Amino acid sequence: MTLHGHVPPEPDLVQLLTPEGVRVDHPDFPLEITDDEIKSLYRDLALVRRFDGEATALQRQGELGLWASCLGQEAAQVGAGRALRSQDMAFPTYREHGVAWCRDVDPVTLLGMFRGVSLGGWNPNENNFNLYTIVLGAQTLHAVGYAMGVARDGAVGTGEPERDTAVLTFFGDGASSQGDVNEAFIWAAAANLPVVFYCQNNQWAISEPVERQSRVPLFQRASGFGFPGIRIDGNDVLACLAVSRVALDEARSGQGPTLIEAFTYRMGAHTTSDDPTRYRLSEELETWKHRDPIERVRAYLIREAGVAQEFFDGIEAESEELAIRIRQACRALEDPSPLSVFDQVYVEITDELAEQRSDYADYLASFEGAGR
Amino acid sequence: MASTLTMAAALNAALRERLEADDKVLIMGMDVGKLGGVFRITDGLQKDFGEDRVIDAPLGESGIIGSAVGLAIRGYRPVCEIQFDGFVYPAFDQIVSQVAKIHNRSLGQVRMPITIRIPYGGGIGAVEHHSESPEAYFAHTAGLKVVTCSNPADAFSMLRQSIASDDPVVFFEPKRRYWGKGEVDVTGLLADAPQLHRARVVRSGADATLVAYGPMVATALQAAKAATEDGRDLEVIDLRSLSPIDTGTVVSSVQKTGRLVVVHEASVTLGMGAEIAARVQERAFYSLEAPVLRVGGFDTPYPASRVEEEWLPDVDRILDAVDRTFSF
Ligand SMILES: Cc1ncc(C[n+]2csc(CCOP(=O)(O)OP(=O)(O)O)c2C)c(N)n1
Repeated sequence: MTLHGHVPPEPDLVQLLTPEGVRVDHPDFPLEITDDEIKSLYRDLALVRRFDGEATALQRQGELGLWASCLGQEAAQVGAGRALRSQDMAFPTYREHGVAWCRDVDPVTLLGMFRGVSLGGWNPNENNFNLYTIVLGAQTLHAVGYAMGVARDGAVGTGEPERDTAVLTFFGDGASSQGDVNEAFIWAAAANLPVVFYCQNNQWAISEPVERQSRVPLFQRASGFGFPGIRIDGNDVLACLAVSRVALDEARSGQGPTLIEAFTYRMGAHTTSDDPTRYRLSEELETWKHRDPIERVRAYLIREAGVAQEFFDGIEAESEELAIRIRQACRALEDPSPLSVFDQVYVEITDELAEQRSDYADYLASFEGAGR
Repeated sequence: MASTLTMAAALNAALRERLEADDKVLIMGMDVGKLGGVFRITDGLQKDFGEDRVIDAPLGESGIIGSAVGLAIRGYRPVCEIQFDGFVYPAFDQIVSQVAKIHNRSLGQVRMPITIRIPYGGGIGAVEHHSESPEAYFAHTAGLKVVTCSNPADAFSMLRQSIASDDPVVFFEPKRRYWGKGEVDVTGLLADAPQLHRARVVRSGADATLVAYGPMVATALQAAKAATEDGRDLEVIDLRSLSPIDTGTVVSSVQKTGRLVVVHEASVTLGMGAEIAARVQERAFYSLEAPVLRVGGFDTPYPASRVEEEWLPDVDRILDAVDRTFSF
């Protein structure tokens, strides 16, 4: 047998809820969960989808400059987001609207960035949800550094549930090729840091299929760096929740990093600027529609848990209210004033920047009353 | 034979012509294959030249430029696309420490005929990292040549010349002008094109000189037109090459007009305007009737898009600077 002829076995995919909505057991990841808790996850999924769809619509209406939809990835995000404890920290990319939801970040705040009225604007330490990071992979190193701080603060392995802290960082299949991500793996392994790397493999990096990035399933990369990797059904919110919980628990207890590959699919365009018909087949989308992350939970709730229609009607009504609120609040987001660009460049504004600002204020004032 | 092309189509035609002319030319970048690049500059090229020559790179800028260095050592002529200005930084080390220096370190025995195409500048309502003007970092680096086009004809000839250059060229493309049209002679010979590193007087005038490049050339021309209403006749120079700088063309103009305003989108401090002002006061001090003024982005991060129009230089801010050179 030659080395290059070696074909790794097809990876297992941890799944606890089939696309048809049937609960299945996994020997290593049992999940104790009540039907009420599953209903609550359903609510998250449905509201995130509605919010995301509303944002796409707002972009079409010219209210947003751009939107990066998370359509199809709701389970991957909500499962991970709901596995976090409040003291844990999350480092998102630009697409983790479902995680933001779980961290109680107001969707309207996220819209500000895509509308072009802010460059972020929320306090990462308020909800333990970092600013969105557009530069691919950069945030994985930030997560590592934050985890170094956690470890130095002695907030790992104490056994106190309120104290022990894990860090969860997100990135895409494409971003996994960036040097930063690979350096993050090395640093996390070297110091055995309490960080969970959560790769949403949505099969595409704009037009490039995941095969452009890797010859092995992405989760298998972890073993080369010296920590465990696992692939989960990213469209199964229960699997995402169960495995994220275990990985975060292990991180909190001092067992070190993990790589989770959530195998999912970007159902929409890369962003509202993208046209996926140029590079992928619609059959692929059709296949994935059968694995929809929300439908299977609904099927389970109806068929296995006997949940009545009123529940779903209630969620629908709540979605509608959310959509209306978001629409109105988005339209009401005010443009920044021209002079605000000088704010917060430094903690202490420099004299020269202050002078630039005051010259510009004078310049703007010179138009007043000039019929402009 | 001239045809009317957008700048995007002219760049595409230049790449096509170079791929045909030289089988050592390769294109590498993110989404440059089937998609044809996010701005469609490489549209159709992978289909016609194959996946071996138009390569969808794994997602790493350092990888794209670093591997271009190896290809160049092996005798290839890579043309690399960086998807947006703000994403060049992961490759910054490879560009300034490797691409720029290997010819020098090898005592001239190895060349780095690499072209690095970067769509740059703002005004398109984008999210952060998609509107920046990082040209000065590269112009500051010895060993790199840096150019930028302002119209389709130059886009076509300058990109061909850059690819043919045996020195590495950072080629800045003003993305907000991609869809502007102009006449392009797509059958023109490379040898007949204006020299790559020469500036061009795009409007001659007697009273003051505006120097601009890339996206700001069109704005400077609008300003010059508006200035005629105030009875001012402005000369406009399209710098075209940012390294080396065609100082002679700028100095001759200032010797005629006595006044100079440099315009660019990049933040003013330590930008191209600073270098041009220094050179002009060194070479044409006694011709100057007023200090050289700079109009550019403020010394802040590129702002959120809803306020970018205020941040970017426009006709009014250029005319205000012109006024100031006259009231000095
Ligand atoms: C350093 C860097 N280079 C290029 C880009 C442009 N870009 C934005 S998203 C993207 C694809 C990312 O794919 P992936 O990591 O799989 O995440 P997805 O968008 O599919 O969620 C690219 C190339 C960027 N944001 N940052």
